[in-house]
Amino acid sequence: MSWGRLLGGLVIAFLAVEPFLPLGRMREYLVHVIVQIFIWSFIGGAWSLMGRFGLVSLGHGAFLGVGAYATCLLWNFFGMTPWIGGLVAVLLTVALAVVIGYPCSRFQVVGHYFGLVTLAVSEVIRLLIIAERDWTGGSLGVSLKPAPSDSSIWALQFADKRVFYYIAMALWLAGLWVWVRVDRSMASRAMEAIGEDETAAASVGIHVTRFKLGITMLSAALTAMGGVMLVQYLAYANPDTMSGIGVSLRIVFAVVLGGMYSLLGSSVGTALTIALSEFLRIYFGIKLIGIAETIYGLVLILCIIFLPSGIYGSIREALRRRSSGTAPA
Amino acid sequence: MIDPLFILEAVVNGILLGGVLALLALGLNLIFGVIDIIWIAYVDLVMLCMYAMYFMVTVYHWPIVLAGVGSLVLGAVLGLLVHILIISPILSSPPINQLLATGGLLFFIQSFATLLWSTDHRSVRVNLPVLEVGGIFISFPRLISFALALLAMIGLYLFLTRTFVGTAIRAVSQDRDATALMGANPLRLYLVTSAVGGAMAGIAGALLIIQYAVHPYFGSAFGPLTFMICVLGGLGSMFGAFVAAFIMSQVISVGGVLISTEMGYVVAFVIFIVLMFVRPGGIFAKRT
Repeated sequence: MSWGRLLGGLVIAFLAVEPFLPLGRMREYLVHVIVQIFIWSFIGGAWSLMGRFGLVSLGHGAFLGVGAYATCLLWNFFGMTPWIGGLVAVLLTVALAVVIGYPCSRFQVVGHYFGLVTLAVSEVIRLLIIAERDWTGGSLGVSLKPAPSDSSIWALQFADKRVFYYIAMALWLAGLWVWVRVDRSMASRAMEAIGEDETAAASVGIHVTRFKLGITMLSAALTAMGGVMLVQYLAYANPDTMSGIGVSLRIVFAVVLGGMYSLLGSSVGTALTIALSEFLRIYFGIKLIGIAETIYGLVLILCIIFLPSGIYGSIREALRRRSSGTAPA
Repeated sequence: MIDPLFILEAVVNGILLGGVLALLALGLNLIFGVIDIIWIAYVDLVMLCMYAMYFMVTVYHWPIVLAGVGSLVLGAVLGLLVHILIISPILSSPPINQLLATGGLLFFIQSFATLLWSTDHRSVRVNLPVLEVGGIFISFPRLISFALALLAMIGLYLFLTRTFVGTAIRAVSQDRDATALMGANPLRLYLVTSAVGGAMAGIAGALLIIQYAVHPYFGSAFGPLTFMICVLGGLGSMFGAFVAAFIMSQVISVGGVLISTEMGYVVAFVIFIVLMFVRPGGIFAKRT
């Protein structure tokens, strides 16, 4: 695995200094792409906290949308700093998660049913955003009002994208830290048991509702933070890119492609899907509208069929098989 | 105050919409109940059939009935293709992978349609009068769609209850392993189910194109609604889906007139979420 270590070290070194490398115009673009990878990886990681325990949520678009829109609207209409507005947004999202998560865990809404209930939630949020067009700008989206001065910590807006780069990186690392903490906790064992068989878990004294609700709240809160970060960075929110079934599916895709049972799975998956769609977008430009997405969809189907445990997971399996094969018996 | 006639008209339109929604939900629910996989892209297959209808009728000037049959056949073929190419390789994968594979298909179909036909809205013009009954206007194409949707559903019902294959399909949805022990091959039945489900999509497409304009994102408008109806009626329950379709279409139609189109959908989805908590197995499930 020393090659893996070396590669990992190189990637970390590159990520740390990338914003200062002399790459000319390319640098700005790379910064933009990597910031998005950081934020979406963070959101994917938040999703996988639930997904790995069998809580397949298609409602993370709702959490993302509430986080992003609440922060943006509080700033636009009341001038509330995103530091407080973001907190309000996260609390709102957690409240939404409780309203949905509590009955779901209490009444054992699981499997397909859980997926479709959460799907309905994300559609409700998307439609509400479109319906309240006086506030939210409807399907045209809403722009974040620029702060009075160019870069302001108060407004969490920076003209220099490199500031966002390091904030997003910190957020991403924090997300990984949370993931590890959850992974090593007792709660993780309990959640695994619940994911296998709820009744059996309850019979050995695990408080099923409490654990499920807890992990749902944590996942929702982190997703909302991702939404806050996203809207601050893009300075624009749109119901179709921030909420609804499309976004929910994209999050799940990235994580499942990467492999949801490993720490870096969601990051690898997100990096690959974003890189793929950016590559296709640039390669085809405006020549054939829709071809980039067509190929994207096709690649996703093929990956799911041929790499069932995700790209990262499959590579690791292959490496393990090779190293165990070459090792002297 | 809104004129009561408007509301009455909304109720009638809701019933007419319910017929087509019920057809959609039944097709999806059949696949759902038998193969136990959610075809997220089901309504996108309907969208493809709508495009096919558009080209057959408007561009190649086929008679509309013949085009409808063509749409039915196309739907069945698409259903088979989806099953053979995408579903059968991942039959034993975890449910999330199955869900995502058809989700990928959704992205693929939507963007492929955008690539081929751009995002223009297209519709088939049928020269049929608008009926006026006691001050209420009823669109004749909708009435015909409703009647044909009912006919298609009766056909499906007869197929499932009166034929050997239909009985076997119902048996698989009850107990896959026991059916295999009785000598029926589940894998072959899956093929038949996919074809029949696809054919339902084809019929629905033919009926929808004479009321709505088609565009590549048509599936996003009706897709989530169709899943909700299936779940609300109880996965695999045909009768439940039928009733649920009319409940949802009433809420959407009347809510759309009373408040706004989006809020009609919001109310319908919220009712769905609440009902799921009260009756997790669907509205007709027995309480355990």
